[in-house]
Amino acid sequence: MWLDQVLQGVLLGGYYALIACGLSFMFGILRIVNLAHGSIAVLSAYLVWVVAEQLKISPFLALIAVLPVMAAAGWLLQRTVLERSLRSGALTPLLSTFGLAVVIDNVLFQRFGADTRSLAPDIGDLAFNSWDVPGGGSVGQLALITFGVAVALLVGLQLFLNRTPLGRAIRATSEDPDTAELVGIDSRNVYAAASAIALVTVAIAGTFLAMRATFDPYTGPTQLIFAFEAVVIGGTGSLWGTLIGGIVLGVAQNLGSQINGQGFLIAGHAVFFVVLAARFLMAGRSPRTLLRALRGASA
Amino acid sequence: MSLLAVEHLDARHGLLHAVRDVSFALEEGEILALVGANGAGKTTLLRSISGAHKPSGGRVLFDGADVTAVRANERVRRGIALVPEGRRLFSSMTVEENLLVAGRTKRPGRWNYETVLDAFPLLRLHAKQRSGDLSGGQQQATAIGRALMTNPRVLLLDEVSLGLSPVAVNMVYECLQAVIASGATIVLVEQDLSRALRIATRVACMLEGRIVLEGKASDMTREQVTEAYFGLRRSDASGAAS
Repeated sequence: MWLDQVLQGVLLGGYYALIACGLSFMFGILRIVNLAHGSIAVLSAYLVWVVAEQLKISPFLALIAVLPVMAAAGWLLQRTVLERSLRSGALTPLLSTFGLAVVIDNVLFQRFGADTRSLAPDIGDLAFNSWDVPGGGSVGQLALITFGVAVALLVGLQLFLNRTPLGRAIRATSEDPDTAELVGIDSRNVYAAASAIALVTVAIAGTFLAMRATFDPYTGPTQLIFAFEAVVIGGTGSLWGTLIGGIVLGVAQNLGSQINGQGFLIAGHAVFFVVLAARFLMAGRSPRTLLRALRGASA
Repeated sequence: MSLLAVEHLDARHGLLHAVRDVSFALEEGEILALVGANGAGKTTLLRSISGAHKPSGGRVLFDGADVTAVRANERVRRGIALVPEGRRLFSSMTVEENLLVAGRTKRPGRWNYETVLDAFPLLRLHAKQRSGDLSGGQQQATAIGRALMTNPRVLLLDEVSLGLSPVAVNMVYECLQAVIASGATIVLVEQDLSRALRIATRVACMLEGRIVLEGKASDMTREQVTEAYFGLRRSDASGAAS
């Protein structure tokens, strides 16, 4: 049973890695913690749901239609909001993306109401079918596909960054935007392209969220927390670390639920806290500084 | 028409007036050595020409067009490349990636990945190595190669020998010979007066943000430049400037 729970945790971790991918990419390249990340995922879930319902097509086809829209939104978001925010210090992007999340959540509530929705009915048997695993247990087909998509996306992004001219330009700009300008790179356009790519990954994650569970206008913040925890556990800005972070979070939650009925969320948060504290201490800060920071955060 | 002209340029760092009313013009194929003590304003002047620093007054003209308000990346596309002080390589990227990332501008010209490696043979040996792991001389060669990948019409070299061992400096200047031989137009900021006077066709000496001596390198003695460099006989040197 424990082995099965670990396996289910790994698959759940695939979803967390998928939802965290865009957050990690954006932080790694743009140095922005996008607090609207979860809300944007839910926004794309609604977009896919609307397209699928209106055109009576599969959510996977609807996603293909939504991806360019989200890419354009990412480009615009960077050029109109994030670029200006970044110029005003580290706190402004946090505030502006928090504000954006509030706007998105409430516009969705205004437009769609509080009803929960899901894309599960639109994908038929895929929503609940599973394959048996030798030695007992089973793996959900959708969960396995989600894990595969997460791995493929992270591998694809890594290859893109390492092997393509735009990928190299993104890495160069991320490392030193001023020098990037001096070798002919338009850092504003490169950042906007990175933001567009991040929102494409968020759209994919939002669609899988909508296929595996229900969502409503206020689902975003919870998804942001899971994504944030996966990114921090795996190491901020590292794509491979995000996959590992997602898996660690998923396994911890599943094992936690076996220990106690309420243990699912607590175990995940506990692992996040332990990793965060370990990073804090390894960075040379004293335990007293950590406690002071925690007291400050709770005050 | 001059290839590069700077007219009454002023540049500041907050309250510090780093460049004051600087004017000069550079013809195609000329090598201008910009010398002066630390804090004379040489780096700020080069950064203002490249677009990395916004001047507070005056104009930068390139090929007859006013580029003062043009962003740095667009100036590179037009043919102005800066090798910045301290190399400023993308340290997490390999030498090959540092070169290729600058090749995105796709300006036509003789320089490409292969011709740069031919001019800087040591880079071929370290092409797959992270640039942050290279020695200072190898890093400087990579930084010059990276600028060449943009096929510049004017190459701005800022303190290429700074912090390097004498052996590394010789190596860098040996590599630069291929660039000079190609007829490149260069503005060279250099602390080593002898070396600067040896390769330059013209010399400009800066003191406290102003050009206090300017002329053909062949017409100047080392003593003249040294006196202007340290601010001795300043009025005489200013007179010689014209």
